[in-house]
Amino acid sequence: METFFVFALNGLSYGLLLFMLSSGLTLIFSMMGVLNFAHTSFYMLGAYFAYALTGSIGFFPALIVAPLLVGALGAAFERYSVRKVHPYGHVPELLVTFGLSYVVLEVVRLIWGPANVDYRVPEALDGALFTLANIQGHGLSWFAGAGDAAICAAAGNSCTQFPMYRGFMAMVALAMLVALWLLLTRTRIGLIIQAALTHPEMTQSLGHNVPRVMMGVFGGGCALAGLAGVIGGNAFVTEPNMAASVGAIIFVVVVVGGMGSLAGAFLASILIGLIQTFAVVIDVSVVSVMEKLGNPVAFDHWAYPILKISVSQMAPILPYLLLVLILIFRPKGLLGTREE
Amino acid sequence: MTDKMYTFRPLNVGRIVLWSLFAIVLLVAPKVFDSSLSMTMLTQMGIAIIACLSYNMLLGQGGMLSFGHAVYSGLGSFAAIHVLNKVSEGAWNVPVSLLPLVGGVAGLLVSALLGSITTKKSGTIFAMITLGIGELVFSMSLMLPEFFGGEGGISSNRMVGEPFMGITFGPEIQVYYLIAVYTFVCTVLMFAFTQTPLGRILNAVRDNPERVEFIGYDTQRVRYLAFMIAGFFAGIAGGLYAINFEIVTAEVVSAHRSGAYLLFTFLGGALFFFGPIIGAVMMVLATVLLSEMTKAWLLYLGIFFLVMVMYAPGGISGLIMMNLRLAAYGMLRRLWTSYLALAGSLLVVLTAVAVIVEMVYHIKLNEALGPEMSFMGATINTHGVDAWVGSVFLLITGVGLFELVRRQFVHQWGQIQEDIEAENLRRQMH
Repeated sequence: METFFVFALNGLSYGLLLFMLSSGLTLIFSMMGVLNFAHTSFYMLGAYFAYALTGSIGFFPALIVAPLLVGALGAAFERYSVRKVHPYGHVPELLVTFGLSYVVLEVVRLIWGPANVDYRVPEALDGALFTLANIQGHGLSWFAGAGDAAICAAAGNSCTQFPMYRGFMAMVALAMLVALWLLLTRTRIGLIIQAALTHPEMTQSLGHNVPRVMMGVFGGGCALAGLAGVIGGNAFVTEPNMAASVGAIIFVVVVVGGMGSLAGAFLASILIGLIQTFAVVIDVSVVSVMEKLGNPVAFDHWAYPILKISVSQMAPILPYLLLVLILIFRPKGLLGTREE
Repeated sequence: MTDKMYTFRPLNVGRIVLWSLFAIVLLVAPKVFDSSLSMTMLTQMGIAIIACLSYNMLLGQGGMLSFGHAVYSGLGSFAAIHVLNKVSEGAWNVPVSLLPLVGGVAGLLVSALLGSITTKKSGTIFAMITLGIGELVFSMSLMLPEFFGGEGGISSNRMVGEPFMGITFGPEIQVYYLIAVYTFVCTVLMFAFTQTPLGRILNAVRDNPERVEFIGYDTQRVRYLAFMIAGFFAGIAGGLYAINFEIVTAEVVSAHRSGAYLLFTFLGGALFFFGPIIGAVMMVLATVLLSEMTKAWLLYLGIFFLVMVMYAPGGISGLIMMNLRLAAYGMLRRLWTSYLALAGSLLVVLTAVAVIVEMVYHIKLNEALGPEMSFMGATINTHGVDAWVGSVFLLITGVGLFELVRRQFVHQWGQIQEDIEAENLRRQMH
C-alpha cells in the first residue's frame, strides 16, 4: 500500500515534467502551426546548460539562467530560421526544426562527449522528503524526512521513501503551470497572445507586432522545455540520447491529449506518467496468469514468446499502444476539438 | 457498336532516352567502378534508390511527412531473412531472386495494418503518429528477440538452393545485377504509378484535400492506398538489403534510419520524380565515404540540411530544374560568372568552417594524439593561435565575399526571370 502511494506520487511528478514539455510544444503548435521537432533538443540543452552552470554559479541560479539562455536560443532560431521558411508552409517548418535536432545533437556530443555527464541533484534537495511506513498492528503512518531507521528495520514493518527532489520537481512544475495560466489569462500580454492565436490579422491591424509575439511564444515554449531539462536532467540521466527518448513520448502526449488542447495535454501527461511508472513494477504476463489459473501455456506454443512478455517489459511501448488505441477509438484525442 | 477513337501521341523521345541512359548507367557502373569498396557502395545505392523513391511517394507525391518509413523496409528485411533461413533449412523452397518480393509483400501487409491507423490524419499530426508507430516497432524489436534476433540480429547465407544458370549469388557482382534489375523495374513501376489516376489524385490530395473531398473522393482512402504501395516498394528495398548484407539487426527499423530516408529524400528533392535518386546516391556517399573521412559528418549533414531547407526547398533536383529552365531560354550563360564567383566564395566559407569544426573535434576527441592534425594534406597545429586566427579570418572573408556575390546574383536572377516572362509574352503574341 505504501509503495502504491509513493509510486503514484512519482508518476505524478514525471507526468508534470512531461506536461512542462508538452505545454510548450502545444502552445507553439496551436499558435504558429509549427510542430517543433527540436523541442526536446531544447530540453536537452536546458539540462546541459544547467550542468555547466551549476559548477560555476550553483544550482538555483542555474535554474533561472539556463532556461533563459535556452529561450533566447529558441527565439533566435525562430527569428532567423523558422520565419524564413514560413512562406513555404508547415512541412518545411517541421523540416527545419528536424534539421536543428541533428545539429544540436552533434554539438552537444562535441562539447560534452557522447557519454552521460555527472549532473547531480543538489545536496540541499538530496534525501527523502517523507517516508511512508507500514507498521505491523498500526497500519500506515507518515514520517517527515528519512524516518526512523529502527522502525523501518523492525520485523514485519516496511518503509518507502519519497525523494525530496521528486517533490521539488512537482513543485516547480506546478508553480510554472500556475504562472503560465495566470500569464495567459490575466495579463495584457496573455490577452495579446490569445488574440494573435485566433485573429492574427486583426491583432496586426490593431498595431501589435504579431511576428514578434510569435517569436516570444516560440522562445517561451523553448524556455519551458529548458526548465524541464534543468529539473529533469538530474532526476534522470543527462546524455545526448535524452532528447530522442523523450521526444517520441511528448508527441504521443500531444496527440493523445488532442492537438492544441492544453488541458488535454495535461491529462495525457499525467496519464502517461502514471502508466509508465506503474507498468515497471507489474510483473504479470499472460503466461503467468494462465499458470495461476491452472492452465499453463506450453513452452513450445507458437505464441509463447509474445505471451511471456510481462507488463514491466512492455513498459516502453505502452505510451505508443495508448496512442494507437486513442487513434482507433477517439481520433481527435481525449479533449481535442479539431477533427482533421 | 463501339466508337473507335483515333488518338495520336507523339513518341516521347526525351523520356526514352532518359530511361535508356538510366539502364545503361546501372549496367555499366560496376565495370567503371570495379573496386570492392565501390561495389558495396553501388549495391547500397540501388537499394537506397528504391527506398527513397518509395518514401517520396509519401513525401513528394502525397505530402505525407513520415518519420517511420524504416518500419516497412526494415520489417521487409526481417521477413526476407527469415524466409531465407527457412530455405537454407530446406523447409521452404523460394528462389533467392524472388526474396525481395517476399520483403515487398511483408512491407505491404505491415503498411496495410499500420497505415489504417496512421493515414487517419494528415499533415503534422500524421508525422507525429508515424514517429510514435516507429518507436513502437523499434521498442518491440527489443522485446521480441525471437523474431528480431536481439542485439546480434538475424544472420543468414544467401548461397542456397540450386544455382540457376550458374548464378549462386556468391560473388558481389551477381548480387549487384540482381539489385540493378530490381532497381530499374521498381523505378519504372513507381514512375508509372505517378501517371495513373491514383497517382494524380494523390497529388491533388497533397495540394488541396478539401476540393478532392468535394469532387467525391475519400482523401483518407487515397492516402491509405498510396501508403500501402509505398510500403510494398520499401519492403522490396528491405528484402534486397537482407540479401546484400546477409544480416539484419534491429537498427533497420530504427528512427535513425527513418530520419535518414527523410533527410536524403528531401536533399535530393521531393518535387521531382528523379530527386530521391540523387538523394539516395548522396545517402550512400555520406554514410560510407563522408563518415570515414570525418567524425563531424553528422554535423555537416545537419547544417547542410538546414541551409537547404531555408534556401533551396526544392532540393538538388529543384536547383537542377531551375537552371534547366534558364538553359531552355538560352539565358544560362548570363549567369556563369556569377556561378563561378558563388562557387569560389562558397569554397572559402566551407574550407574555413571545416577547418574550425575539425580543429574543435580534434581537440575534443583526439587530444591524446597531440595538437597536430592533418587536414586535406596540410598539418595544422590546433593549439596555435595562428591557425585559429587564420581560419576565423578566412571565414569572415568568405562570408563577406559570399554575401557580396549573393546580392549580385539575386539581382541578376530576378532580372532573368523578368526577361523570361517577357519572352513568354512575346511568344504568345506571335
